[in-house]
Amino acid sequence: MRETEATREAAQVRRNWLLSLPALLLLAAGAIGPLFIMLIYSFLTPGKYGNVEWIFSLDAWRGILFTRDIFDETLKLADAHLTIFWRSVRLSFLTTVFTFVVGFPTAWFIATRPPRWRAFWLFLITIPFWTNLLIRTFAINQIIRNEGFLNTFLIKIGVISEPLNLLYTDLAVFLGMTYVYLPLMVLPLYAAIERFDHRLLEAGYDLYASRLAVLRRIIFPTVKPGIIAGSILVFIPSLGAYVTPRILGGGRNMMIGNFIDLQFGQGRNWPLGASLSVMLLVVVTAALLIYVRFANRDRGHG
Amino acid sequence: MGSDDGFIEIIDVTKAFGPADRRVYALGGVAATIRRGEFFTLLGPSGCGKTTLLRLIAGFELPTSGEIRLDGQEIGHLPPFRRPVNTVFQNYALFPHMTVAQNIGFGLEMLGKPKADIAATVERMLALVKMTDLAGRRTDQLSGGQQQRVALARALAPQPKVLLLDEPLSALDLKLRKEMQVELKRIQLETGITFIFVTHDQEEALTMSDRIAVMSGGKILQIGTPREIYAHPTNRFVADFIGETNFIRARVQGGKAIVGGEVEVPLPAAPAQGEVTLAIRPEHLRLVAKGTAGALTATVGDAVYFGTDSHVHLTLGDGTGIVVRQQTDPDGREGPAPGSVLGVSFPPAAVQVLED
Repeated sequence: MRETEATREAAQVRRNWLLSLPALLLLAAGAIGPLFIMLIYSFLTPGKYGNVEWIFSLDAWRGILFTRDIFDETLKLADAHLTIFWRSVRLSFLTTVFTFVVGFPTAWFIATRPPRWRAFWLFLITIPFWTNLLIRTFAINQIIRNEGFLNTFLIKIGVISEPLNLLYTDLAVFLGMTYVYLPLMVLPLYAAIERFDHRLLEAGYDLYASRLAVLRRIIFPTVKPGIIAGSILVFIPSLGAYVTPRILGGGRNMMIGNFIDLQFGQGRNWPLGASLSVMLLVVVTAALLIYVRFANRDRGHG
Repeated sequence: MGSDDGFIEIIDVTKAFGPADRRVYALGGVAATIRRGEFFTLLGPSGCGKTTLLRLIAGFELPTSGEIRLDGQEIGHLPPFRRPVNTVFQNYALFPHMTVAQNIGFGLEMLGKPKADIAATVERMLALVKMTDLAGRRTDQLSGGQQQRVALARALAPQPKVLLLDEPLSALDLKLRKEMQVELKRIQLETGITFIFVTHDQEEALTMSDRIAVMSGGKILQIGTPREIYAHPTNRFVADFIGETNFIRARVQGGKAIVGGEVEVPLPAAPAQGEVTLAIRPEHLRLVAKGTAGALTATVGDAVYFGTDSHVHLTLGDGTGIVVRQQTDPDGREGPAPGSVLGVSFPPAAVQVLED
C-alpha cells in the first residue's frame, strides 16, 4: 500500500513539473537568454557602426582594464576606466553608509510609533516611488544647480556670495543616490527593528550598559539581518546606477552604468559594453553570495 | 538617616503617568523598609502597582515624588546602569545573539572586569544554576526553565546588592514552577543577596518570602511575615486576597462582638460601639450540632469535595454565605445533607477584626 502511495506521489510530482514547464521555459529564456547573448558578444569583435562582427576576440575583456597604445600597440592600464570603477565603488559605498546613518534613526522612529501610526509613516516613506525616477532626479538637478533653489536661498540669506558649484560633481551624484535609495535602506531596517524585542534595551541598561553600548552590543547585532539586507539593496543598484550619475554627474562624472551605455552608443564598442556588463553581474552576484553566507551564519547554529 | 536594618528604604514614593491634567497614579505614596539579605515579596493582583514599584527600584522609571535609598544612598534618580541592582525579567529578555555564557558575562563585561575574572564568575554562575553543560548554547535553543536559569545567572553575575525578580516563574508550568521556587530559595540563601520578588501568586509568596508586602490600588496595605499576613490580616482586602476568608458582620457592645444576635465573641481591641467585620478562615470553623453553645446557626447549601477536605457552603440567619473547610473523615462518611440546619463554632482566637 505504501508503494502505491509512493508511485502516486511521484506521478503527481511529474505532472506538476510538466504543467509548469511552459512557464519555466519562458522564464529561463527571458532571464538567461539576454545574459547568454551578452556573454557571447563579449568575446566578439566590435563592428564599424556599432553591432558586432563574428570574429572571436579577447580584446573586450582585456579592454576592461587595459588600453592599447595608439602608436606602439603596447598594453597600458586604462586609468580612465579605473577612475570610473573606483568612483562607482566609492560612491556606492558612501551612499550605503550614508543611507544607513540617515535610515537607521528613521526606521527606529517609525518602528517605535504606536502600531496604527506606523502604516502612515511607512506610507510617507514610499511616496517618492509614485513619481518617475527621472523626474525626481531632474527635480534635484533644479534644486542644486547654480541658479537653483538652494543657491538662490543661500545667497538671499547671505550665507554665501557665490553660488556653490554642486551640480555635475561626485557630491551631487552621492546626494542624488542617497535620496533615491534611502527607502530601500529604511524598509528592511524597519522590518528588523519592528521585530526587535524592546525589553532587551532594559535588560542591557540593567546590566550596566551605557546607551552607546546598548546600541553597539545589543541593537546592532540583533537587527543585523536588516542592516545587511538594506546595505545590499542600496549598494547593488548604486553600483549599476545610470540615471542619477547621468543627470547629476553630467558627462564627466560617469559611473559604470554610464560607461556601459557609452560603449553601446557613441563608443561603438558593443563587446566592451558586454564584458563590462558581465563583470558587473559577477561582482553583484559575489556580493549577494556573501550576503547569503552572512545571513545564514546569523540565523545558524551555536 | 536609616535604621540599622533598613537596607532599602522606600520613602513616600509616588509614580504618576500621563499628562499633568489627566494624571494616573500607579503608586500613591508607598513606604517600606527592606532588610539586608531578605527575601521580600511584593504581592498583589495585576494593576496594583507592584511591578511599577519594582521598576522604580530598578531605575526603568523615575519616581514622581519620594525617595528610594539603598544602603543609605539615594538611588531613585540614577539611571539603571548606575545602580547596583539587577533584574530577572518576566520573559527573561535574554540576548538572542549571544550564547548562554556570553549572556551571563555581559554585565561584568560592561563593568569593565578583566576577561579572566569574567570567565571565572561565569563558570561559577553556571554551576550555581546547574547549566554548566549548556554554556555554549544559543538562548533560543533552551527550554523555558533553562532560560529562567540563565536569566537568573545573568542577573546574579555582577553580584548586585539587590536582585529584583518580576514574576519570573509565571511563564513556567506548575511542576517546573515548584522546582524553581525551591531553586530560587536555595540560591538566595547561598548568595545572601537581598531578593525583591514580585508575584500575584499568594501561595508562591507565602512559601518563599521572609516578608510580604500586600499591595492594592497603588498602595501597600500590609507588610509582614507570611504567618502574620495570613493569621492577622489587618484589612478586608488582605484577608480576602491571601487564602480564603469568611466575612461576618457583627455589632459591638461592651467590648464584645455580637453576631446574628446570638453569639458573643470577646474582642481584644475593638471600638466600644458600632459595627465591625470579622474575618474567620474556613479551616477554623467547625460544624457542630444545632443549638451548641457559642455556635452560629446555619443552613447547609452544597459541599464541594476536594479529596483531603471538602468545602461546605452554608448560609447564616442574616443571609451571609460562609464556607467551612472540613477534613475528610477516615471512614469516608458523606458530609452534611443540603438543607439541614447545623451549628458553626470557632475558637475566639480565630477571629480577626478588620479595618474596613
